[in-house]
Amino acid sequence: MSCYDTLIDYGLRSIGIGARLLPKTDITLCDQFVLIGSGMIWNVYFAVFAMTLGFGIATLVAVGKASENPWASVPAKAFIFVFRGSPLFIQFFLAYELFVLIPKVGIDINLGFATITAETRWLTKAWLGAVIVLFLNTSAYSGEIFYGALRAIPKGDIEAADAFGMSGFRKFRRIIWPAMLRLAWPSYTNEAIFMFHATTLVFFSGFPAWRQSGDALYYASYFADKTFNPFVSYPIIGIYFVSFTLIIITLFGWANKRLNRHIAPEQKIKFRFKPQFIR
Amino acid sequence: MKKLIIAAALVAMTTSATAQTIRMGTEGAYPPYNFINDDGEVDGLERELGDVLCEIAGLDCVWVTNDWDSIIPNLVSGNYDTIIAGMSITDERDEVIDFTQEYVPADPSAYMALAGGDVDVDTGVIAAQTSTIQASYIASSGATVVEFASPDETVAAVRSGEVDAVLADRAFLADIVAESNGELVFIGEVNIGGGVGIGVRESDAELKAALNAAIEVVKADGRLNEMVKRWLDIDANY
Amino acid sequence: MEMCADPSTLDGINWWTCYLTTGKHQAFYASFGTVLLLLAITAPVVMVLGFGGAMARKSKILPLRWFGLAYTNIVRGVPDIIFFLFVPIAMDQGIEYLRHQIKCPDVLEPIRQGNDFVVCSIAKMPLSSSPQWIHEVYGFSLASIAFALVFGAFAANTLYGAMNAVPRAQLETAEAFGMSERQVFWRVQVKQMWLYALPGLSNLWMILIKATPLLFLLGVEDIVYWARELGGSKTSKFTYPHPDWRLYYFAFLMVFYLLMTWASEKVFNRITKRLSHGQATVGAGS
Repeated sequence: MSCYDTLIDYGLRSIGIGARLLPKTDITLCDQFVLIGSGMIWNVYFAVFAMTLGFGIATLVAVGKASENPWASVPAKAFIFVFRGSPLFIQFFLAYELFVLIPKVGIDINLGFATITAETRWLTKAWLGAVIVLFLNTSAYSGEIFYGALRAIPKGDIEAADAFGMSGFRKFRRIIWPAMLRLAWPSYTNEAIFMFHATTLVFFSGFPAWRQSGDALYYASYFADKTFNPFVSYPIIGIYFVSFTLIIITLFGWANKRLNRHIAPEQKIKFRFKPQFIR
Repeated sequence: MKKLIIAAALVAMTTSATAQTIRMGTEGAYPPYNFINDDGEVDGLERELGDVLCEIAGLDCVWVTNDWDSIIPNLVSGNYDTIIAGMSITDERDEVIDFTQEYVPADPSAYMALAGGDVDVDTGVIAAQTSTIQASYIASSGATVVEFASPDETVAAVRSGEVDAVLADRAFLADIVAESNGELVFIGEVNIGGGVGIGVRESDAELKAALNAAIEVVKADGRLNEMVKRWLDIDANY
Repeated sequence: MEMCADPSTLDGINWWTCYLTTGKHQAFYASFGTVLLLLAITAPVVMVLGFGGAMARKSKILPLRWFGLAYTNIVRGVPDIIFFLFVPIAMDQGIEYLRHQIKCPDVLEPIRQGNDFVVCSIAKMPLSSSPQWIHEVYGFSLASIAFALVFGAFAANTLYGAMNAVPRAQLETAEAFGMSERQVFWRVQVKQMWLYALPGLSNLWMILIKATPLLFLLGVEDIVYWARELGGSKTSKFTYPHPDWRLYYFAFLMVFYLLMTWASEKVFNRITKRLSHGQATVGAGS
């Protein structure tokens, strides 16, 4: 079987398209590269959805923690403490156990043009359940990062906004929020990288793999198990992750440039990949 | 290694005084084959059998546990000298390591489900432990395989209704079924995998010979039949 | 204990007293010590590796700089689980290979025989005749090294950033006092960088704490290993049969980690106050 055939059979195997059975004997290097690459689809999916959903909530959490109203700050602080203070590994386990306990029912959701039935049993599947856990986790970490940035916004910026007669939501939307993002961006980039790395925990602890469709680490350990040799598949998944990490750094670097485009050169925030927050 | 050959030759008569240390690798999470008992010690059929075999072969044995996932890589890289962990003799494994003769006959794998359900094991959703022969069997049958990291989770998934049934070694499920007050039942059996043997490195021919000879002894004097019956409720008839 | 001799007759509080003091539970409690010990051993090694990595990146020798850059970036680009899955076994084989070359150079048989990795018996690390505790200490050391390697890369990056964050003016002042380049580095830059490194290092410590549930991957019988082992449902083959209690055991671990985080935050707040003393930064003086 040529490597091209392997690509057709296994390129999308992780999402259930292609050959039904995984290679069992005569495993080639090509098999390993293709299947582990196919598994990366899940890692990207988890990271993108969790980060996108988490972005909005993180802003709310940050504003909540900075608020003087205890009804807002206490829950925000507790949320951040619990999700930043415990290992993601254990969060996955507890969340899965919790999701399993929820009675299995279907809830009809009317979308106007069609009605879909949302089933609570979806929560026990990785595509929804794991995204929820990762989403809550990243919200807490990003919330803390944004909170730090909120407190670092120069007083002058806010006074200038007041002088323009801005207030309430408008001031937040036009002045505070962009300044917060600009200050938080380097740390937020790290968070994105660590969130991406953390997606390897999904099938490793907590969520079961259906129809042998799993993430990159699932296939890497599948090959390590089938070939009884950890020295090939794990370095391959390492190569994938280093490459994707570089892509994240590039994308976030562009965004950083955009966020800083109006700032005088000497005040620009230097873009550095430094370890600030992880789980 | 010379010592071992002698030990193998004299195996029926004597226990050697100058013993060589053999590290016995097991999983410690697969009752009744092997598990960690409440005192924190390795226990189970394989512990009892292993100690007897070591005594017969005049080997000084220590027990170590290792995660199932990496149990073969750690054997070939020499972290311990045998795998005695309910491991079925399969062709794929046999390519990488060697097996002694079997000490437990091929035990059918069994499907376990909630009582009163109507489950079709050929089309339903079936749980198994990741990277077991049962998992690959379900994958190649018409059923949908759901893989969990540990055997406990597979059973929990049946109880919670996550999956229709679980496929695992019958001996492992037997106690669970017996003690579920009728909640769980066996709904079918299938023969996969061969007997269970002790895994050794391919380069360890002497150790393999010594263990084979010792197994021969316990088979001949009926001790093995008794142990297998007591722990696994299987009639071995060796 | 005497009364625990026949657990099947026990009930209520007595059953619990006996259950929670079994040998297995004692191993579970002891494993909390293992985790703390790992943290205590790893943290200084991480600092040394981090300092070395940061020095390498600042080095004037190009290959050394490359090495520092490669170390910090590759290690941080790979998820730590993947690192843990094969680094210890690779290190183990590396050590035994070297010992084989030194201790029995006259053995001509190849080390790799098919799939097997075979070294002469005196090159084994540790010797297979060594008592079990030596094996455990060795496995634990490998785990510590794997942890230190990963987190050293992060520390290197933090310390490198902190060295560069020391205000130029302070270094120039030191030069003006006639200090040599070496003296400026050791007496001023290294002394002053800690304040700038502290936020990054405190985060790293939190990360290190939260990475410890992965210890069981490294073959160390840690708290997660025992929590799984004890929590799993037990049939009557066991002395203390019970249904699936993993949820409770993991909830207990969660509390442990939250407490660790809480205590660490307190300590770091104190150190920050101390270090800011006499520094011209926003955090000082309060």
